[in-house]
Amino acid sequence: MFKGGFIQNLPKIYGLYTGGFLVFILLMAVLESAGVSAASIGIMFVAFTVLIYALIGYLSRTIQVDAYYVAGRQVPTVFNGMATAADWMSGASFVAMAGGIYFGGYTYMAFLVGWTGGYVLVSTLLAPYLRKFGCYTVPDFIGTRYGGNLPRFCATLVLVLASFTYVTAQINATGTIASRALQIPFELGVWVGLVSILMCSMLGGMRAVTWTQVAQYIVLITAYLIPVFWMGSKLGNPFPHFMLGDEVQRLAELEASAGLIKNSAADIKAAGVPGGLKYISNPHSAVPAGGMAVWKYLSLAICMMVGTASLPHILMRYFTTPSVKSARKSVAWSLFFIFLLYFSAPMLATLSKLQLMDPNLPTAIIGKSIAEVKSIPWVQNWSAVKQVFIADFNGDGILQLNEWFMRGDVVVLATPEVAGLPYVISGLVAAGGMAAAMSTADGLVLAISNCLSHDIYYKIIDPKADVKKRLIVARVLLVVIGAAAAYISSMRLTSILGAVAWAFDFAMSGLFFPLVLGVWWKRATKEGAVAGILGGLISGTAYLIYVGPKFMANTPWLGIDHLRFGIIGASVSLVAMVVVSLMTKEPSSSIQKMVDDVRIPSGRAILGKQH
Amino acid sequence: MSNKEAHWQKTKNHMFVTLAIWFFFSIVIFMFGSSVNEGSFLGYPLAYYMSAQGSLAAFVILIFWFANKQEKIDDEHGYGGEKEDD
Repeated sequence: MFKGGFIQNLPKIYGLYTGGFLVFILLMAVLESAGVSAASIGIMFVAFTVLIYALIGYLSRTIQVDAYYVAGRQVPTVFNGMATAADWMSGASFVAMAGGIYFGGYTYMAFLVGWTGGYVLVSTLLAPYLRKFGCYTVPDFIGTRYGGNLPRFCATLVLVLASFTYVTAQINATGTIASRALQIPFELGVWVGLVSILMCSMLGGMRAVTWTQVAQYIVLITAYLIPVFWMGSKLGNPFPHFMLGDEVQRLAELEASAGLIKNSAADIKAAGVPGGLKYISNPHSAVPAGGMAVWKYLSLAICMMVGTASLPHILMRYFTTPSVKSARKSVAWSLFFIFLLYFSAPMLATLSKLQLMDPNLPTAIIGKSIAEVKSIPWVQNWSAVKQVFIADFNGDGILQLNEWFMRGDVVVLATPEVAGLPYVISGLVAAGGMAAAMSTADGLVLAISNCLSHDIYYKIIDPKADVKKRLIVARVLLVVIGAAAAYISSMRLTSILGAVAWAFDFAMSGLFFPLVLGVWWKRATKEGAVAGILGGLISGTAYLIYVGPKFMANTPWLGIDHLRFGIIGASVSLVAMVVVSLMTKEPSSSIQKMVDDVRIPSGRAILGKQH
Repeated sequence: MSNKEAHWQKTKNHMFVTLAIWFFFSIVIFMFGSSVNEGSFLGYPLAYYMSAQGSLAAFVILIFWFANKQEKIDDEHGYGGEKEDD
């Protein structure tokens, strides 16, 4: 049936896989109608998909350095795009993004622009050149381009800080989903999540992660799009992306008639609203007036874009393509696959809001009597787990817009239930969320452990280590880092560790300019790079501590709050790097020649195949 | 100017053009968000639409265009190379 090698057969293999997954969904639907309980369907969905990933991870095991670090540099363009998309879209994108838009409206959508626009920077400024360089990790580029162990070490510091901030949130998400679907306690769910993640990456490193990420992308995109289209058709818009213009305007009318009332903090506290639950107080599509609002939107988008172009777990995906040309094209495919989910998220938020708010729809709850709303089954289910809450502030017994509280995740997780779709869809959504969180966690844990084993252990501590020893160290580190992240997640410190946005800000503060100037400015020197990395990292972190609500909580300067501290870090990094570079001796002719070589897209990579 | 320098000059120009288009769709439109929002597309308020779909789609098309044109530049200067080995 399969002629030729594994790579030639990829379209067939993943075609079969997708078909098999669709058959599995149908099978679950049949079981549901035959009376199998919702809980068992949830368990089967999550368990079945996780076992498949583990199987792929096992089949991709390897004992070669270049297969372990960069998947043997033979991942075809389009498949690398899918893997990057899964690597990129985290549990947060999958579960929280539509909820963010639901509550934040237009202002929140700066994230959408930021998380897609960043790929233009990746493709024009970095990916093709890093691929030509032939490095294994991002600090590998910094270390070789600037020379010496100090820049390499500093870059490692930023990588670990940014990626670790990010990965605890992802393991937390796998734990939440696993605990809900498998009906086990959260603390146990975190460890189940960790074991699943390690099964995908431990034996085969980047090669195994690549092929599981492709499989995870297929699951997560199916799980996101089926409910959107299904719900759209139910409301008479079979292709919601192009047909919701009237609905968006209808929401503006409903907001105007209901009034966007802001509750006082004292009222919320007195009513006993559980933490993390929000109510709608921002307009869905209106643009807030004023220069400050514009700046807040733009500064957030800038941080996310520049952060995207500095995140090591994303950049390292482009080290795995066969050529510079395919690295470039692969960025385009990545963004296309990401776009499929991102342009659906606002539609999901719109549909979900409309169903709750529009009095002409049977699902509406706003404007109904509170007693009636409290008797709806899905409201009861989600109230029981403190995900939704009703507070009758004015005591009139009618549910107003500002009296309905909900956790953002509920938009994705409960909308199928609200719209009356069968439970099989909810099981599918759980499997999709698990795939999204696992694939990102895998990429991040691998980025950290690869960097520590290659840049710190092999390049700095023991340059004579043989291949076998290096790969053992890499795997031990993988387990240790995963366990550390799971341990921190299980302590539920995530609210203290802060938002996913921090990872972007850390990365942009310390890495963006040292990476970009390394390619685009020959005059950039070793001392300049060290000043850029440390200056950016230290000033960014100091500013975060200064404004962070959990730390000193001072008033942000020019609206640059804790989500946007990368603006400060990256600016300091740029200035420090340029000034120090100009003050120090220009790089040697061999380094300048190396930069010239990086700029030529064909020919041999700068670093050898095995280094 | 050597072939290498000519190639790099063209590559740089191409990068600047691409980033200028990127800047328009990521920054300029939203700088004037409230006036842009008075326009509409497919019935959506325009700034909302751009933020939800329009700019996102523009980025996808932009990167494909960027990659294709860069490939042409590389080919013109003999740096295309069907397959590069490490």
